Amino acid sequence: MTALVISEHNNEELKSVTLNTISAAKELDNDIHVLVAGKECAGVAETSSKIDGVTKVLLVDSAEYEHFLAENISTLISKIADDYDFILAPTTTSGKNFMPRVAALLDVSQISDISAIESTDTFQRPIYAGNCIATVKTTDKKKVITVRTTAFDAAPTEGGSADIVSLEEVHNSGISEFIKEELAQSDRPELTAADVIISGGRGMQNGDNFSLLEGIADKLGAAIGASRAAVDSGFVPNDYQVGQTGKIVAPNLYIAVGISGAIQHLAGMKDSKVIVAINKDEDAPIFQVADYGLVGDLFDVVPELESKI
Amino acid sequence: MKILIPIKRVVDYNVKVRPTSDESGVDLNNVKMAINPFCEIAVEEAVRLKESGVAEEIVAVTIGSSAAQEQLRTSLALGADRAILVESETELEPLGIAKLLKAVVEKESPDLVILGKQAIDGDNNQTGQKLAALLGYPQATFASELSISDGKATVTREVDGGLQTVSVNLPAIVTTDLRLNEPRYASLPNIMKAKSKPLDVMPVADFEIDITPRISTLKVSLPPEREAGVIVETVDELVDKLKNEAKVIT
Ligand SMILES: Cc1cc2nc3c(=O)[nH]c(=O)nc-3n(C[C@H](O)[C@H](O)[C@H](O)COP(=O)(O)OP(=O)(O)OC[C@H]3O[C@@H](n4cnc5c(N)ncnc54)[C@H](O)[C@@H]3O)c2cc1C
Ligand SMILES: Nc1ncnc2c1ncn2[C@@H]1O[C@H](COP(=O)(O)O)[C@@H](O)[C@H]1O
Repeated sequence: MTALVISEHNNEELKSVTLNTISAAKELDNDIHVLVAGKECAGVAETSSKIDGVTKVLLVDSAEYEHFLAENISTLISKIADDYDFILAPTTTSGKNFMPRVAALLDVSQISDISAIESTDTFQRPIYAGNCIATVKTTDKKKVITVRTTAFDAAPTEGGSADIVSLEEVHNSGISEFIKEELAQSDRPELTAADVIISGGRGMQNGDNFSLLEGIADKLGAAIGASRAAVDSGFVPNDYQVGQTGKIVAPNLYIAVGISGAIQHLAGMKDSKVIVAINKDEDAPIFQVADYGLVGDLFDVVPELESKI
Repeated sequence: MKILIPIKRVVDYNVKVRPTSDESGVDLNNVKMAINPFCEIAVEEAVRLKESGVAEEIVAVTIGSSAAQEQLRTSLALGADRAILVESETELEPLGIAKLLKAVVEKESPDLVILGKQAIDGDNNQTGQKLAALLGYPQATFASELSISDGKATVTREVDGGLQTVSVNLPAIVTTDLRLNEPRYASLPNIMKAKSKPLDVMPVADFEIDITPRISTLKVSLPPEREAGVIVETVDELVDKLKNEAKVIT
């Protein structure tokens, strides 16, 4: 039995979510192969080969995979799937995009966003915005799984010395095409990997006021997040959204500013270790999950907090 | 151009569901049901394409119990032209749904299928991608912008790092994200008109497709409770707690 982990990267750097996915794979199997598909991504294969627990790296270096188009990557994975009992990818927008396509090509029912592993066929996963946890058992021989990365520790980046094997697998569907990408440029940590996150909601009133959060983020080395209301109102870009249908985060410290705490928002952050809520409405539901709540006007509290940390 | 919109009847997004007392499932007694919000966005997008002259016909389809006719009527009131209920009393998983939808696509031959990115009950986020794979169609998931020209759809997608734009050949599968549009409310005259629009019911058995579930739910339980927190009075007290009690800042 062998597990195949589909690595996530930007052709230059391996994304840390891959490390969490490898930890999940370790609970299933002790033979773990990592697929690195992309263009000029040999460096990523090199990094992957050193991760603790990885026994082999499959490198597929070809222009078809540069942007991870689901049509091409799913065909590639389905062609090499015979050798594997488990195929895992992180529950990111990329994993969510191509993995169900892989599952359907293999006639398998994917198990989405697992948060715990009970045995090789039984898993836990959050449903209904995390209001319930389902324990599910599959009868599929091959398991296609996406992994909630906040629920598994990162595998150590040292300790492995896996062989890197190059594969010639060129699959171009010819029916889809990458046009462009507008990726946020930021010196801050990525939301899903940050130790500290400070998020703003509708209470911030406008995009300019998010600069109030930046001062604190600078001091704490934090990432900045947002509620859906703040994104929909155009205060910040879509990739800031934390929640059921945005990013799932679990930092050591999550500071929610001017966020009411709707179930869809809580779904994305309630597994954080310590939660701080700053809100002027003492009845806001966010206080029910907060370890430390401060009732007050954020325009007074936030500048004071910045000056005192 | 013809557009097919698969929709799902789900628990209303405001409801905080709980497990049943025997933990065998989710307690859905007397719970308000609604059209999945992402499907509502799909209907709206189709209606806009029709209003702008790009699409001629919109067909809504759902696989579910006869109660799901309510959500099909909602889609008709919002602007779909006709509706299909594939009637199944048992809850199916995304793979089975995708197989049934594939049969509907083969019968209806739409140029575009718009689904929600995710049903907010099971949070699976699979059906559109699986349907695309089974049909051999291209997919553009998590759409925040969609335009059609020259037999192609150009779609801006919400991805973790920002936005990505892809172009896919028609026929294609698109799944909606929150910011694709803001759905309208159905007007009273349109709700009345919807009552006389065609709604076909087909028993799932007629499709002769193997939809035996692969996944069984052994248990549904509550997530671990967070311990009750405290309200602090001042910023100084907050900073002190974060430094000395929680030890998350220095
Ligand atoms: C299908 C679907 C998916 C969704 N997915 C997500 C998701 O992934 N993530 C998400 O976040 N939401 C999501 N939502 C939206 C969610 O239901 C809420 O509407 C949203 O989270 C509210 O954002 P908010 O708390 O910023 O705004 P509001 O609920 O309007 O709250 C604003 C808060 O700011 C406080 N405030 C105002 N002014 C001040 C001030 N000066 N000082 C201090 N406090 C102040 C107010 O007291 C209030 O509590 C989704 C909804 C649906 C239907
Ligand atoms: N029973 C169903 N009938 C029709 N469409 C469905 C059904 N279930 C899911 N879908 C479609 O697939 C999307 C994603 O659902 P899911 O993969 O379950 O998260 C939904 O937003 C619908 O558009």
